[in-house]
Amino acid sequence: MRRIGMTVNGSPRTADVEPRELLVYVLREHLGLTGTNVGCDTSSCGACTVLLNGESVKSCTVLGVQADGQEITTIEGLARNGELHPVQQAFHEHHGLQCGYCTPGFVLAAVSLLNENPSPSEAEIREGLEGNLCRCTGYHNIVKAVQAAASS
Amino acid sequence: MIPSQFDYELAGTADEAVGLLSQHDDAKLLAGGHSLLPLMRLRFASPALLVDIGRLSELSYIKEADGSIAIGALTRHHDLAGSDVLRERCAVIAETAEGIGDPQVRHRGTIGGSVTHSDPASDLPTVLLALEAEMVARGPSGERAIAAADFFTGFLESALRDNEILTEIRVPAIGSAGAYVKFNRRAQDWATVGVAAVRLNGATNVALTNMGATPLRAAGVEEALAAGADTAAASAQAANGTSPPSDTNGSAEYRAHLASILTKRALEALDG
Repeated sequence: MRRIGMTVNGSPRTADVEPRELLVYVLREHLGLTGTNVGCDTSSCGACTVLLNGESVKSCTVLGVQADGQEITTIEGLARNGELHPVQQAFHEHHGLQCGYCTPGFVLAAVSLLNENPSPSEAEIREGLEGNLCRCTGYHNIVKAVQAAASS
Repeated sequence: MIPSQFDYELAGTADEAVGLLSQHDDAKLLAGGHSLLPLMRLRFASPALLVDIGRLSELSYIKEADGSIAIGALTRHHDLAGSDVLRERCAVIAETAEGIGDPQVRHRGTIGGSVTHSDPASDLPTVLLALEAEMVARGPSGERAIAAADFFTGFLESALRDNEILTEIRVPAIGSAGAYVKFNRRAQDWATVGVAAVRLNGATNVALTNMGATPLRAAGVEEALAAGADTAAASAQAANGTSPPSDTNGSAEYRAHLASILTKRALEALDG
Protein backbone atom coordinates (compact mmCIF):
# COMPACT_ATOMS: atom_id res chain seq x y z
CA MET A 1 0.00 0.00 0.00
CA ARG A 2 1.09 3.51 -0.63
CA ARG A 3 -0.60 6.84 -0.19
CA ILE A 4 -1.25 8.87 -3.31
CA GLY A 5 -2.53 12.42 -3.51
CA MET A 6 -4.36 13.89 -6.49
CA THR A 7 -6.36 16.99 -7.24
CA VAL A 8 -9.70 15.52 -8.29
CA ASN A 9 -12.27 17.91 -9.72
CA GLY A 10 -10.41 20.78 -8.10
CA SER A 11 -10.15 19.29 -4.60
CA PRO A 12 -7.17 17.56 -2.99
CA ARG A 13 -7.88 13.85 -2.39
CA THR A 14 -5.77 11.04 -1.01
CA ALA A 15 -6.09 7.26 -1.20
CA ASP A 16 -4.09 4.29 0.06
CA VAL A 17 -3.66 2.03 -2.95
CA GLU A 18 -1.77 -1.01 -4.15
CA PRO A 19 0.41 -0.40 -7.22
CA ARG A 20 -1.79 -2.78 -9.22
CA GLU A 21 -4.95 -0.71 -8.69
CA LEU A 22 -6.04 1.09 -11.83
CA LEU A 23 -7.05 4.73 -11.73
CA VAL A 24 -10.67 3.96 -12.65
CA TYR A 25 -11.03 1.77 -9.56
CA VAL A 26 -9.26 4.31 -7.37
CA LEU A 27 -11.81 6.90 -8.52
CA ARG A 28 -14.81 4.62 -8.16
CA GLU A 29 -14.00 2.55 -5.09
CA HIS A 30 -11.69 4.73 -3.01
CA LEU A 31 -13.14 8.14 -3.84
CA GLY A 32 -16.77 7.14 -4.53
CA LEU A 33 -16.80 8.84 -7.94
CA THR A 34 -18.89 6.26 -9.77
CA GLY A 35 -19.72 8.51 -12.73
CA THR A 36 -16.70 7.05 -14.51
CA ASN A 37 -17.81 3.71 -15.90
CA VAL A 38 -15.82 0.55 -16.54
CA GLY A 39 -16.49 -0.88 -19.97
CA CYS A 40 -13.96 -3.17 -21.63
CA ASP A 41 -11.20 -2.72 -19.03
CA THR A 42 -8.60 -3.07 -21.80
CA SER A 43 -8.34 0.47 -23.26
CA SER A 44 -10.61 -0.17 -26.23
CA CYS A 45 -14.03 1.30 -25.44
CA GLY A 46 -13.35 4.67 -23.80
CA ALA A 47 -16.16 4.41 -21.20
CA CYS A 48 -13.62 5.15 -18.45
CA THR A 49 -12.24 8.31 -20.10
CA VAL A 50 -11.22 11.05 -17.65
CA LEU A 51 -8.99 14.10 -18.00
CA LEU A 52 -5.44 13.75 -16.66
CA ASN A 53 -3.85 17.21 -16.48
CA GLY A 54 -6.55 18.37 -18.91
CA GLU A 55 -6.07 15.64 -21.52
CA SER A 56 -8.32 12.64 -22.16
CA VAL A 57 -6.99 9.27 -20.99
CA LYS A 58 -8.51 5.85 -20.46
CA SER A 59 -8.40 5.42 -16.70
CA CYS A 60 -8.41 1.60 -17.03
CA THR A 61 -4.90 1.88 -18.49
CA VAL A 62 -3.38 4.24 -15.94
CA LEU A 63 -2.24 2.99 -12.55
CA GLY A 64 -3.43 4.95 -9.56
CA VAL A 65 0.21 5.43 -8.55
CA GLN A 66 0.92 7.02 -11.95
CA ALA A 67 -1.69 9.66 -11.14
CA ASP A 68 0.00 10.61 -7.85
CA GLY A 69 0.39 14.39 -7.77
CA GLN A 70 -1.65 14.92 -10.95
CA GLU A 71 -4.92 16.69 -11.72
CA ILE A 72 -7.92 14.55 -12.60
CA THR A 73 -11.28 15.68 -13.92
CA THR A 74 -14.20 13.26 -13.95
CA ILE A 75 -17.76 13.74 -15.18
CA GLU A 76 -18.69 14.89 -11.65
CA GLY A 77 -16.31 17.82 -11.99
CA LEU A 78 -17.61 19.46 -15.16
CA ALA A 79 -20.70 21.33 -13.97
CA ARG A 80 -20.16 24.76 -12.37
CA ASN A 81 -22.53 26.16 -9.72
CA GLY A 82 -25.32 23.86 -10.79
CA GLU A 83 -24.91 24.77 -14.48
CA LEU A 84 -24.07 21.91 -16.82
CA HIS A 85 -20.83 22.17 -18.78
CA PRO A 86 -21.55 23.29 -22.39
CA VAL A 87 -20.71 19.79 -23.66
CA GLN A 88 -23.05 18.19 -21.11
CA GLN A 89 -25.76 20.68 -22.04
CA ALA A 90 -25.32 19.91 -25.74
CA PHE A 91 -25.53 16.14 -25.15
CA HIS A 92 -28.75 16.81 -23.23
CA GLU A 93 -30.29 19.08 -25.86
CA HIS A 94 -29.32 16.92 -28.85
CA HIS A 95 -30.01 13.63 -27.11
CA GLY A 96 -26.43 12.47 -27.62
CA LEU A 97 -27.09 9.21 -25.82
CA GLN A 98 -29.32 6.20 -25.72
CA CYS A 99 -28.60 3.95 -22.74
CA GLY A 100 -26.10 6.44 -21.35
CA TYR A 101 -23.37 4.03 -20.26
CA CYS A 102 -20.72 5.41 -22.62
CA THR A 103 -21.82 9.03 -22.09
CA PRO A 104 -19.43 10.20 -19.35
CA GLY A 105 -16.50 8.94 -21.42
CA PHE A 106 -17.81 10.57 -24.58
CA VAL A 107 -18.39 13.89 -22.80
CA LEU A 108 -14.83 13.98 -21.42
CA ALA A 109 -13.33 12.87 -24.76
CA ALA A 110 -15.30 15.70 -26.39
CA VAL A 111 -14.11 18.24 -23.79
CA SER A 112 -10.50 17.22 -24.49
CA LEU A 113 -11.08 17.34 -28.25
CA LEU A 114 -12.55 20.85 -28.07
CA ASN A 115 -9.69 22.02 -25.83
CA GLU A 116 -7.26 20.99 -28.58
CA ASN A 117 -9.42 22.01 -31.55
CA PRO A 118 -12.17 24.50 -30.63
CA SER A 119 -13.91 24.37 -34.02
CA PRO A 120 -13.55 20.89 -35.46
CA SER A 121 -15.14 19.75 -38.72
CA GLU A 122 -17.56 16.83 -38.60
CA ALA A 123 -14.78 14.54 -39.84
CA GLU A 124 -12.44 15.83 -37.12
CA ILE A 125 -15.12 15.18 -34.50
CA ARG A 126 -15.62 11.62 -35.71
CA GLU A 127 -11.86 11.01 -35.75
CA GLY A 128 -11.43 12.74 -32.41
CA LEU A 129 -13.97 10.42 -30.80
CA GLU A 130 -12.65 7.21 -32.36
CA GLY A 131 -11.44 6.01 -28.97
CA ASN A 132 -15.00 5.82 -27.65
CA LEU A 133 -17.54 3.18 -28.55
CA CYS A 134 -21.32 3.50 -28.25
CA ARG A 135 -22.95 0.08 -28.44
CA CYS A 136 -26.37 1.72 -28.95
CA THR A 137 -24.78 3.13 -32.15
CA GLY A 138 -25.89 6.60 -31.18
CA TYR A 139 -23.03 8.34 -32.97
CA HIS A 140 -25.20 10.61 -35.11
CA ASN A 141 -26.55 12.64 -32.21
CA ILE A 142 -23.26 12.51 -30.36
CA VAL A 143 -21.56 14.22 -33.30
CA LYS A 144 -24.40 16.75 -33.50
CA ALA A 145 -24.01 17.47 -29.79
CA VAL A 146 -20.27 18.10 -30.13
CA GLN A 147 -20.86 20.36 -33.14
CA ALA A 148 -23.39 22.32 -31.08
CA ALA A 149 -21.02 22.54 -28.10
CA ALA A 150 -18.25 23.80 -30.39
CA SER A 151 -20.39 26.63 -31.69
CA SER A 152 -21.84 27.59 -28.28
CA MET B 1 -7.18 -4.33 -10.71
CA ILE B 2 -4.23 -6.02 -12.38
CA PRO B 3 -4.36 -9.71 -11.34
CA SER B 4 -0.83 -10.22 -10.02
CA GLN B 5 0.86 -8.06 -7.43
CA PHE B 6 4.01 -6.12 -8.19
CA ASP B 7 6.24 -3.49 -6.64
CA TYR B 8 6.47 -0.01 -8.06
CA GLU B 9 9.32 2.50 -8.07
CA LEU B 10 9.21 5.98 -9.55
CA ALA B 11 12.57 6.77 -11.17
CA GLY B 12 13.77 10.34 -10.70
CA THR B 13 16.50 10.13 -13.36
CA ALA B 14 17.40 7.86 -16.26
CA ASP B 15 20.46 6.62 -14.35
CA GLU B 16 18.29 5.79 -11.35
CA ALA B 17 16.09 3.70 -13.66
CA VAL B 18 19.16 1.88 -15.00
CA GLY B 19 20.25 1.24 -11.40
CA LEU B 20 16.86 -0.21 -10.46
CA LEU B 21 16.88 -2.46 -13.53
CA SER B 22 20.39 -3.65 -12.62
CA GLN B 23 19.35 -4.50 -9.05
CA HIS B 24 16.21 -6.49 -9.95
CA ASP B 25 15.90 -9.56 -12.14
CA ASP B 26 12.24 -9.31 -12.99
CA ALA B 27 11.71 -5.60 -13.55
CA LYS B 28 9.99 -3.86 -16.45
CA LEU B 29 10.06 -0.21 -17.41
CA LEU B 30 6.76 1.67 -17.38
CA ALA B 31 6.51 4.70 -19.67
CA GLY B 32 3.01 5.50 -20.94
CA GLY B 33 1.91 1.99 -20.07
CA HIS B 34 -0.29 1.53 -23.11
CA SER B 35 1.43 -1.63 -24.27
CA LEU B 36 2.49 -3.07 -20.93
CA LEU B 37 -0.57 -2.49 -18.74
CA PRO B 38 -3.04 -4.23 -21.10
CA LEU B 39 -0.66 -7.21 -21.25
CA MET B 40 -0.52 -7.32 -17.44
CA ARG B 41 -4.28 -6.91 -17.24
CA LEU B 42 -4.67 -9.98 -19.49
CA ARG B 43 -2.04 -11.97 -17.52
CA PHE B 44 0.37 -12.13 -20.46
CA ALA B 45 3.03 -10.36 -18.39
CA SER B 46 3.60 -10.36 -14.64
CA PRO B 47 6.80 -8.50 -13.75
CA ALA B 48 7.76 -8.34 -10.06
CA LEU B 49 8.69 -4.65 -10.29
CA LEU B 50 7.61 -1.75 -12.46
CA VAL B 51 10.15 1.06 -12.77
CA ASP B 52 8.13 4.12 -13.75
CA ILE B 53 10.11 6.42 -16.06
CA GLY B 54 6.98 8.31 -17.10
CA ARG B 55 7.97 11.49 -15.23
CA LEU B 56 11.43 11.86 -16.82
CA SER B 57 10.46 14.94 -18.79
CA GLU B 58 14.10 15.39 -19.90
CA LEU B 59 13.51 12.41 -22.23
CA SER B 60 10.62 14.13 -24.00
CA TYR B 61 11.92 16.31 -26.84
CA ILE B 62 12.23 16.66 -30.59
CA LYS B 63 15.31 18.53 -31.82
CA GLU B 64 17.22 18.90 -35.03
CA ALA B 65 21.00 18.60 -35.23
CA ASP B 66 23.39 17.92 -38.12
CA GLY B 67 20.82 16.77 -40.65
CA SER B 68 19.10 14.37 -38.30
CA ILE B 69 16.25 14.64 -35.83
CA ALA B 70 16.72 13.46 -32.26
CA ILE B 71 13.55 12.31 -30.54
CA GLY B 72 13.50 11.65 -26.79
CA ALA B 73 12.21 8.17 -26.00
CA LEU B 74 9.43 9.50 -23.78
CA THR B 75 7.96 11.76 -26.46
CA ARG B 76 4.27 10.91 -26.69
CA HIS B 77 2.48 10.07 -29.94
CA HIS B 78 0.37 13.19 -29.37
CA ASP B 79 3.51 15.34 -29.30
CA LEU B 80 5.00 13.63 -32.38
CA ALA B 81 1.79 14.30 -34.29
CA GLY B 82 1.76 17.95 -33.25
CA SER B 83 5.45 18.66 -33.85
CA ASP B 84 6.21 21.42 -36.36
CA VAL B 85 9.83 20.21 -36.55
CA LEU B 86 8.71 16.75 -37.61
CA ARG B 87 6.03 18.01 -39.99
CA GLU B 88 8.71 19.99 -41.80
CA ARG B 89 11.78 17.75 -41.46
CA CYS B 90 10.50 14.15 -41.18
CA ALA B 91 6.76 14.30 -41.73
CA VAL B 92 6.21 10.55 -41.98
CA ILE B 93 6.79 10.17 -38.23
CA ALA B 94 4.20 12.81 -37.33
CA GLU B 95 1.71 11.41 -39.86
CA THR B 96 2.18 7.87 -38.57
CA ALA B 97 1.87 8.94 -34.92
CA GLU B 98 -1.40 10.70 -35.72
CA GLY B 99 -2.87 7.36 -36.83
CA ILE B 100 -1.87 5.31 -33.77
CA GLY B 101 -4.72 4.06 -31.57
CA ASP B 102 -6.97 6.96 -30.63
CA PRO B 103 -6.55 10.36 -28.93
CA GLN B 104 -6.56 8.89 -25.41
CA VAL B 105 -3.88 6.37 -26.37
CA ARG B 106 -1.81 9.08 -28.07
CA HIS B 107 -1.99 11.20 -24.90
CA ARG B 108 -0.17 8.46 -22.98
CA GLY B 109 1.74 6.23 -25.41
CA THR B 110 5.38 7.07 -26.18
CA ILE B 111 7.66 6.40 -29.14
CA GLY B 112 10.18 4.68 -26.89
CA GLY B 113 7.53 2.44 -25.38
CA SER B 114 6.27 1.49 -28.82
CA VAL B 115 9.77 0.72 -30.08
CA THR B 116 10.96 -1.28 -27.08
CA HIS B 117 7.71 -3.26 -26.93
CA SER B 118 8.65 -4.42 -30.45
CA ASP B 119 5.21 -5.56 -31.48
CA PRO B 120 5.36 -6.43 -35.20
CA ALA B 121 1.85 -4.94 -35.56
CA SER B 122 3.04 -1.50 -34.35
CA ASP B 123 3.36 1.33 -36.83
CA LEU B 124 6.37 3.34 -35.65
CA PRO B 125 8.91 0.46 -35.59
CA THR B 126 8.23 -0.14 -39.29
CA VAL B 127 8.69 3.52 -40.15
CA LEU B 128 11.91 3.67 -38.11
CA LEU B 129 13.22 0.56 -39.85
CA ALA B 130 12.57 2.14 -43.27
CA LEU B 131 14.26 5.36 -42.09
CA GLU B 132 17.36 3.42 -40.93
CA ALA B 133 16.89 5.09 -37.55
CA GLU B 134 19.39 4.80 -34.75
CA MET B 135 18.30 3.84 -31.23
CA VAL B 136 20.34 5.16 -28.31
CA ALA B 137 20.42 2.88 -25.26
CA ARG B 138 21.79 3.79 -21.85
CA GLY B 139 23.11 1.12 -19.50
CA PRO B 140 25.39 0.93 -16.45
CA SER B 141 28.50 1.53 -18.57
CA GLY B 142 27.14 4.36 -20.68
CA GLU B 143 25.39 4.83 -23.99
CA ARG B 144 25.49 2.84 -27.21
CA ALA B 145 23.73 3.28 -30.53
CA ILE B 146 21.84 0.41 -32.13
CA ALA B 147 20.80 0.46 -35.80
CA ALA B 148 17.10 -0.15 -36.38
CA ALA B 149 18.06 -3.11 -38.58
CA ASP B 150 19.67 -4.75 -35.52
CA PHE B 151 17.13 -3.59 -32.93
CA PHE B 152 14.05 -5.72 -33.59
CA THR B 153 15.19 -9.26 -32.83
CA GLY B 154 11.94 -11.22 -32.43
CA PHE B 155 8.28 -11.14 -31.49
CA LEU B 156 8.11 -8.58 -28.62
CA GLU B 157 11.91 -8.80 -28.36
CA SER B 158 14.53 -6.16 -28.94
CA ALA B 159 18.30 -5.84 -28.71
CA LEU B 160 17.99 -3.83 -25.48
CA ARG B 161 19.65 -5.54 -22.55
CA ASP B 162 17.74 -6.11 -19.32
CA ASN B 163 19.55 -3.23 -17.62
CA GLU B 164 19.34 -0.73 -20.46
CA ILE B 165 16.80 1.94 -21.21
CA LEU B 166 16.14 3.51 -24.59
CA THR B 167 16.79 7.24 -24.31
CA GLU B 168 16.72 8.63 -27.85
CA ILE B 169 15.79 7.79 -31.43
CA ARG B 170 17.63 9.51 -34.29
CA VAL B 171 16.09 9.74 -37.74
CA PRO B 172 17.33 11.41 -40.93
CA ALA B 173 15.74 14.72 -41.95
CA ILE B 174 14.05 13.57 -45.16
CA GLY B 175 11.37 16.25 -45.22
CA SER B 176 8.26 14.90 -46.89
CA ALA B 177 10.00 11.98 -48.66
CA GLY B 178 8.16 9.31 -46.68
CA ALA B 179 4.76 7.65 -46.54
CA TYR B 180 3.07 5.12 -44.29
CA VAL B 181 -0.19 3.39 -45.14
CA LYS B 182 -1.97 0.70 -43.18
CA PHE B 183 -5.13 -1.30 -43.37
CA ASN B 184 -7.28 -2.11 -40.39
CA ARG B 185 -10.88 -3.08 -40.08
CA ARG B 186 -11.89 -0.76 -37.23
CA ALA B 187 -10.67 2.75 -36.48
CA GLN B 188 -8.50 1.99 -33.45
CA ASP B 189 -7.32 -1.50 -34.42
CA TRP B 190 -3.72 -2.52 -34.87
CA ALA B 191 -2.64 -2.67 -38.50
CA THR B 192 -3.59 -5.88 -40.29
CA VAL B 193 -0.71 -4.90 -42.57
CA GLY B 194 1.17 -1.62 -42.89
CA VAL B 195 3.81 -0.36 -45.32
CA ALA B 196 6.36 2.42 -44.93
CA ALA B 197 8.19 3.82 -47.96
CA VAL B 198 10.92 6.46 -47.74
CA ARG B 199 13.50 7.95 -50.05
CA LEU B 200 16.90 7.97 -48.42
CA ASN B 201 20.38 8.49 -49.89
CA GLY B 202 19.09 8.04 -53.43
CA ALA B 203 17.35 4.73 -52.73
CA THR B 204 13.78 3.78 -51.88
CA ASN B 205 13.41 1.87 -48.62
CA VAL B 206 10.25 -0.13 -47.98
CA ALA B 207 9.32 -1.78 -44.68
CA LEU B 208 6.36 -3.90 -43.60
CA THR B 209 4.17 -4.07 -40.48
CA ASN B 210 2.72 -7.38 -39.31
CA MET B 211 4.22 -9.54 -42.05
CA GLY B 212 6.36 -11.60 -39.66
CA ALA B 213 7.67 -11.70 -36.09
CA THR B 214 9.39 -8.33 -36.46
CA PRO B 215 8.99 -5.32 -38.75
CA LEU B 216 10.65 -6.31 -42.03
CA ARG B 217 12.38 -4.60 -44.93
CA ALA B 218 10.67 -5.56 -48.21
CA ALA B 219 13.92 -6.55 -49.89
CA GLY B 220 12.20 -7.84 -53.03
CA VAL B 221 10.51 -4.49 -53.63
CA GLU B 222 13.67 -2.51 -52.93
CA GLU B 223 15.75 -4.65 -55.31
CA ALA B 224 13.12 -4.44 -58.05
CA LEU B 225 12.94 -0.65 -57.75
CA ALA B 226 16.73 -0.38 -57.77
CA ALA B 227 16.77 -2.49 -60.96
CA GLY B 228 14.33 -0.08 -62.61
CA ALA B 229 11.02 -1.94 -62.19
CA ASP B 230 7.88 0.17 -62.22
CA THR B 231 5.75 0.62 -59.11
CA ALA B 232 3.25 -2.12 -59.94
CA ALA B 233 5.88 -4.72 -60.76
CA ALA B 234 7.97 -3.87 -57.70
CA SER B 235 4.93 -3.92 -55.38
CA ALA B 236 4.10 -7.46 -56.48
CA GLN B 237 7.31 -8.54 -54.69
CA ALA B 238 6.19 -7.16 -51.30
CA ALA B 239 5.48 -10.48 -49.56
CA ASN B 240 8.61 -12.24 -50.86
CA GLY B 241 10.53 -13.81 -48.02
CA THR B 242 7.94 -12.90 -45.37
CA SER B 243 5.98 -15.20 -43.04
CA PRO B 244 2.82 -13.30 -42.13
CA PRO B 245 0.55 -14.58 -39.36
CA SER B 246 -2.98 -15.87 -39.88
CA ASP B 247 -5.50 -14.60 -37.34
CA THR B 248 -9.02 -13.22 -37.04
CA ASN B 249 -8.04 -10.12 -39.00
CA GLY B 250 -6.80 -12.05 -42.02
CA SER B 251 -5.09 -15.14 -43.37
CA ALA B 252 -1.43 -15.18 -44.37
CA GLU B 253 -2.53 -15.18 -48.04
CA TYR B 254 -4.73 -12.14 -47.50
CA ARG B 255 -1.88 -10.33 -45.75
CA ALA B 256 0.42 -11.11 -48.68
CA HIS B 257 -2.19 -9.60 -50.99
CA LEU B 258 -2.56 -6.53 -48.76
CA ALA B 259 1.22 -6.08 -48.62
CA SER B 260 1.39 -5.70 -52.40
CA ILE B 261 -1.60 -3.35 -52.59
CA LEU B 262 -0.41 -1.18 -49.71
CA THR B 263 3.16 -1.09 -51.05
CA LYS B 264 1.81 0.25 -54.32
CA ARG B 265 -0.20 2.88 -52.46
CA ALA B 266 2.77 3.87 -50.31
CA LEU B 267 5.03 4.21 -53.35
CA GLU B 268 2.38 6.26 -55.15
CA ALA B 269 2.01 8.49 -52.09
CA LEU B 270 5.78 8.97 -52.17
CA ASP B 271 5.60 10.14 -55.77
CA GLY B 272 2.40 12.16 -55.31
